Amino acid sequence: MTGEAILAGLSGVLAASGPLVFAAIGETISERAGVINLSANGVIVLSAMGSFAVGVATGSLLLGFLTGLLIGALVALVVAFGNITLRQSQVALGFVLALVCRDLAYFLGNPFMGASGPRLSSLPIPGLSRIPVVGQLFFAHNLLTYLSFLLVPVAWYFIFRTRQGLVLRAVGERPAAAFARGANVNRLRYLYTVLGGALVGLAGPMFSLSMKAGWKGTISGLDGIGWIALAITIFGAWSPLKVALGAYLFGLLQWLGVVLQPHLSGIPSQVLQVAPFPLMILTLLLVNIGNAEWVERILAGLPPRIRPAAAGLLRATRVSPPGALGVPFERD
Amino acid sequence: MNRQPSQPETRPETVGGDNTSTTPVAAHTPRSALGRTGLSRGALNVAFQAGAFLVALVITTLVLLVAGAPPFAAYGEIVRGAVGSLQSLADVTVAWVPLVVCTFGLLVTFAAGLWNIGVEGQIMLGAVFATLVLRLLQDTNAPAWLALTLAISAAMVGGGLWAVLAGVLKAFGGVNEIFGGLGLNYVATALSLWLIFGPWKRPGVGSMSGTEPFPEQLWLPQFSGLRLSPWGLGLAVLAVVIVGVALSRTYFGLKLKAVGRNMRAAFLLGIPTWQYVLAAFLVCGLMAGLAGGIQVTAVYHRLIPSISSGYGFLGLLVAMLVRYRALWAAPVALFYAALNIGSIQLPIVLKLDSSLAGVLQGVLVLCVILAEGARQRLLHRPVSELPAPQEPGRGAPEHATPVEDAL
Repeated sequence: MTGEAILAGLSGVLAASGPLVFAAIGETISERAGVINLSANGVIVLSAMGSFAVGVATGSLLLGFLTGLLIGALVALVVAFGNITLRQSQVALGFVLALVCRDLAYFLGNPFMGASGPRLSSLPIPGLSRIPVVGQLFFAHNLLTYLSFLLVPVAWYFIFRTRQGLVLRAVGERPAAAFARGANVNRLRYLYTVLGGALVGLAGPMFSLSMKAGWKGTISGLDGIGWIALAITIFGAWSPLKVALGAYLFGLLQWLGVVLQPHLSGIPSQVLQVAPFPLMILTLLLVNIGNAEWVERILAGLPPRIRPAAAGLLRATRVSPPGALGVPFERD
Repeated sequence: MNRQPSQPETRPETVGGDNTSTTPVAAHTPRSALGRTGLSRGALNVAFQAGAFLVALVITTLVLLVAGAPPFAAYGEIVRGAVGSLQSLADVTVAWVPLVVCTFGLLVTFAAGLWNIGVEGQIMLGAVFATLVLRLLQDTNAPAWLALTLAISAAMVGGGLWAVLAGVLKAFGGVNEIFGGLGLNYVATALSLWLIFGPWKRPGVGSMSGTEPFPEQLWLPQFSGLRLSPWGLGLAVLAVVIVGVALSRTYFGLKLKAVGRNMRAAFLLGIPTWQYVLAAFLVCGLMAGLAGGIQVTAVYHRLIPSISSGYGFLGLLVAMLVRYRALWAAPVALFYAALNIGSIQLPIVLKLDSSLAGVLQGVLVLCVILAEGARQRLLHRPVSELPAPQEPGRGAPEHATPVEDAL
C-alpha cells in the first residue's frame, strides 16, 4: 500500500468519523446535564431520511441540514418533557423513541427510495490544503467535517473552562447544590438535552446529504450507529476530547477492517462487519471493571508491592458517570 | 390495560422495597384539582389510557396524511389483514406465540430492574442451537419426537447462555446490560449470517432464504392447511403460565421484585442479589430461546437470517405498555401480533411500507408513558406498581415520594 493511499484513507477516516463525533458529543452534553437520551439510533436514521427528503424537495442543502438539527431537537424535547416534567423513565422514553423514529423513517422515506438529491461538495481550504500531508488530512474536507473538527475543542472549552460549563456539570453531578447556588436545574436540563439532541440530529444529514448520499430504506446502513455513539460517550468518560478520540479510533478500526479484508480471507466478512460491537463490549468492560466490587477485593488481597501499580492501572482506565445521571431532580 | 389493580393489598413486593416507611398510597386523599371533582380514581385511569390510545391513533393518522395515504383505507387493510380470514387469524396466533413468550421472559428481567435489550440475540441463539441439533440428528434414525424435544431444549439452553453472558458482563464487569445486550445482538446476527452463508449454506450457494429446510417429519405438527402448530402454541401457553405463576405466587418472584425495587435493601435483607440478577437473565434467556426454537421447528423449519423478526424489541414495547404487569401482557401481545400481521399486505395493496405497524406500536407506548406521567402529575402522587427499571449505571430512580401527602 502506497503512502498516498494511506494518506487518502486516513483523511477518509477523519471525514467518516464526523457523524459519530457530532452524535457522541451531543450525547455527552446531554448526559453531562444528567439526562440520558437513548433515542440517538432512531434519530440518526430519521434525520438522515428527513433531511434528504427536504433536500430533494427544496434542492437546498442548508434546509436539509437544518431539518436534521430540528428533528434531533424535537425528539430530545419529547425525552426532556417526559423525563423532567412528567418524571418518567429516561431509558423507556429513549428506547421507544429509538424504535419509533427508525420505523417512521422507513415509513415516510418510502417515496424517496433511490431518489437523487443534493450532495455537499468538498471545500478544500485555499493555501492550507496545499501543505503536504497535513493539508490532505485536515484541510480538504467539506464544511460539516470542518465543523466536526471545531466542535471538539469548542465543546471541551465550554464544558471545562467556562462558567456555564461549570454550571452544566454541576447540574449533572450535584443538582441540589447547583440549585442552591441559583441554577435553574430543570430549565438547564431542558436546554442541554435539546442542544445535545440537535447535534445528534446533525449526524443524519452528514450521511444522507454527504457521505452516503441518498436514502435506501432499511439497507441505508445507518441502523446501529446511534448505539455506537452512545457507547463511545461512556468510553470517552463524558469528556469531548476522549469522546472524539473514541470516535476516530472507531472510524480507524472500520477502515482497517475494509483494508485488511482481502488479507484475512479466513475471516468471513460478516464477522468483520460486526467486529465493532464485541469491541464496544470489551472497551466498556475495560473502563467499568475497575468499579466492580470483586476487583476491589482481589486488589486488596494483592501483595503490597504490586498493589499500587495494579490500582493505578485500573484507575487510569476507569470512568464514572456524572453523579446524577438518570436521576430526576425535584426541589424540596 | 384499562384497570389498575387496587394498590395496597396487591403489592406484596413492598416487603423488600423502599416504600415500607410510607403510608399506603391509597390512604391519602389527593388534593389536586382533579381529585376534588369527585371522579373515581379508576374512571380517571381509564380516561387517561383511553386518551393515550386516541392520541396515538391521531398521531399515526397524521403520519399517514403526511405520507399522502388514505388513513381509513390503511386501518381497514390492517384489520382485514389481521382478522379477515381463518388463515390470517391463525397467522396472528403464529406471531403471538414468540411475542408472548418473549414478553413474559422480559417481565422477569423487568421485575429485577433490568433492561434486557439483548433479547433479540437470545432468540437467534435459540434458533441457532435448535438448528444445530436438528442438523445433527436429521440423518440419524433418531425418532422425530426425540429430535424435536432435544432441539427445543437446546434452543432454551442457547438463549439462556446468551442471556447469562449479558448478565455476567453486567454483574461482574459493570457493563450496562443495554450496551452489552445490544452488542451481543449484533454478534448473534453475524453468527447466524455466517452459518447461513458458510458452514450451513444450501447445496450450491448460500442465500438470504436461509438453510436447507428440514424434512417434514422434523416439523412440529401443524393444523391442516394452516401455519399454526398446536404444539408451539401449547408450549408457549405452558411457559407463559409457569413464568406468570412464578412471578406472582412464589418467593422467587417476590425476592426478584425486591432486588429490582431496591437492590441495596434487598441485599441487606439477605437476598443474594447477583444470583437473582443472573437468574432473571437466565429465565428470560430460556424464554427467548424457546421462542427461537419454536420459530425453527414450527414456523420456518430452517434457520433464516431474520429469525427473531423483531419479536424481542416488540416484547419490550408490550411489557412497557402494560407497565410490567403480567395480567395484561397476553392480550396486548395478541393486539401487537395482529398489527404486525395486518400490516403485511400494506405494501402490495396501498404501496405503503409495513413499518406503519411499528410506528403505531411505538407511538402507543410513548403516549401511554406520557399519559401515565400526566396522570401522576395531575393527581399529585406517583404510582409505582413496579419500579421503573434502573437507569444505566444507577440504582433504581428515586420516585418522588409524596411525603407531604402521606403525612
